[in-house]
Amino acid sequence: MRNTLAIAGKDLRSYFTSPVAYVVLTGFLLLGGWFFFNLLAQFNQLLMAYMSFRNPEILDSMNLNEWVVAPLLHNLAIVLVILVPMITMRSFAEEKKSGTYELLMTSPITVTEIVVGKFLGGFVFIFLMVLLTSLYPAILMWFGNPEGGIILSGLLGLFLLGSSFVAVGIFTSSLTDNQIIAAVSCLVTLLLFYIISWPADSAGETLGPILRYVSLTEHFDELVKGVIDTRDIVYFVSVIVLALFLTLRSVESLRWR
Amino acid sequence: MIQVEHLTKRFGDLLAVENVSFAADKGQILGFLGPNGAGKTTTMRIITGFLPATSGTVRVAGFDIFEQAQEVRRRIGYLPENPPLYDDMTVSSYLSFVGRIKGIPRLDLPEAAERVIECCALTEVVDRVLGHLSKGFRQRVGLAQALIHDPSVLILDEPTIGLDPRQIIDIRSLIRNLSGERTVILSTHILPEVAQLCDKVVIIDRGRVAVENSIEALTEEMSLEEVFLKYISSDRAIVDPSESAGATS
Repeated sequence: MRNTLAIAGKDLRSYFTSPVAYVVLTGFLLLGGWFFFNLLAQFNQLLMAYMSFRNPEILDSMNLNEWVVAPLLHNLAIVLVILVPMITMRSFAEEKKSGTYELLMTSPITVTEIVVGKFLGGFVFIFLMVLLTSLYPAILMWFGNPEGGIILSGLLGLFLLGSSFVAVGIFTSSLTDNQIIAAVSCLVTLLLFYIISWPADSAGETLGPILRYVSLTEHFDELVKGVIDTRDIVYFVSVIVLALFLTLRSVESLRWR
Repeated sequence: MIQVEHLTKRFGDLLAVENVSFAADKGQILGFLGPNGAGKTTTMRIITGFLPATSGTVRVAGFDIFEQAQEVRRRIGYLPENPPLYDDMTVSSYLSFVGRIKGIPRLDLPEAAERVIECCALTEVVDRVLGHLSKGFRQRVGLAQALIHDPSVLILDEPTIGLDPRQIIDIRSLIRNLSGERTVILSTHILPEVAQLCDKVVIIDRGRVAVENSIEALTEEMSLEEVFLKYISSDRAIVDPSESAGATS
C-alpha cells in the first residue's frame, strides 16, 4: 500500500511539475465552458421561441437537465477520449525510455504495486478534472432549478468513464516505449469502444445486445439520464480491473522475452 | 556474498551470456571487465533481478534472486549505465521517492537522504531539478540513489563513463570509501580503474568468463593491459568461429 501510494504520488506530482496537467486542465475547462455557453444560449433561444408561440406543452417538456447538462456531459466525454491518452501515454513508456523502469523493476516492490500506483495517480487526476468541470452544473444550480441528483449521477458517470479510460491508457503505455504509439493506440481503442454499438440495431438478436453491452456510451448514457444501475457501475469497474490485469501481464511478460 | 553459478541468458537466438560463474566475498570490490557487447550489462541486470536468467542461479547474501527476489532487492543498490533519474524532479524529492520504494520507514527517510547527499557531495544541488544537472552530478545522484537504503551489495555499471578526469577521481575515491562492509561489483573497460580500485577481476568475453582471479595474482608477471589482451585475443583464436557465431551476431 505504501509503495503504491509512493508511485501514485510520484506520477501525480510529475503531471503538475511538467506543464501537462495545466495544459490538459485548461483545455478541458475551456472546451467545457464553450460547450456550456453555447448549450445555454441555445436553450435560452428555444425557450424564447416557444414562449412567443405560446406552446405550453413543449415548454413544460424543456428542462435544463435534458437540454444543457446531458449534452454537456456527452461532449466532455468525447473530449476525455482525446485528452486521457495524452495524460497516460507517459505512464510506462517514458519510464522505459528514460531508464527509470530499471529502478522500479529492481526495487523491493511488486509489479502489482507499480501498476495500481500508476492507475491511482491518473484516477486522482481525473477526479480533479471532473471536480473542476462540476463548476458548470453548479452555475446552473445557482441560477436555475435543474435536478441535482441527475447531475451528480452524470458526473459520477463522467468520472467512471474517465477512470476506465485511464486504465486503458496505462495498458497501451505498458506495451511500448514510444509515447506516440501509446497515445494513438489508446485513442483508437477508446474511440472504437465508444462507437462499437452503432451497428447494434441491425446486428441481429445475439450480436446486438453484446455490442451494446461492451459499448462505453450505452453505460455512460444511463448514468447521464440519472439511472444509477449496479450493472453500469460493475461494467466500468470490470473495464478498469481487466485493463489493469492486462497491464500487469504485459509488464511481467516483457521481462521474460 | 554473491555467487553466480552457470548463468545463461538467451535473447531469442542470441546467446548473450553463457555458463557464467564467479563469486565475490564480503567487502570485496570485483572488477567486471570485457569488451563492448561481452555480456557485462546483461549479467548485472540478471543479478539485480531486472532480467530473469534462462538458466543458472545467482545467490546474494544467501538469497536466491529468483525465489526470494524481494529479499535480494532490499540488499542491492544498483546504478545502471544511464542513471535512472526523473528529469522533472528535484534531487531531494527524487531521493525521498527512491527511499520510499526501497522500503525505508518514513521517519528514517530524512536521515537516509541526508547521509547520501553528504557522502555523494550533493549538498549544493539538493533543490535543483535533475534534468538541469551536469553529467557528473547526474552520475553522483545515481550513486546516491543506489546507496540510500544502505545496501550490502552495490552493482555499478560503468560508473565513470562520460565524466571528466576530476569527476572520475571523485567517483573512484567515493567507491573506495564505500567498500569495507559492502561488496561492490563494478563493470568498466577502463583498465587503470580496475588496477586502482578492485581486489578481484573477472574478465568476460563473448558471454563467457575468460578469467577470474585476484588482481595481485593476475598482475604478478605482466600489466593488466597485457592480461586483458591475452585473455580476450587468445579466446578469440581458440574458439571455433561456428561455435561462437551465436554470441556475436
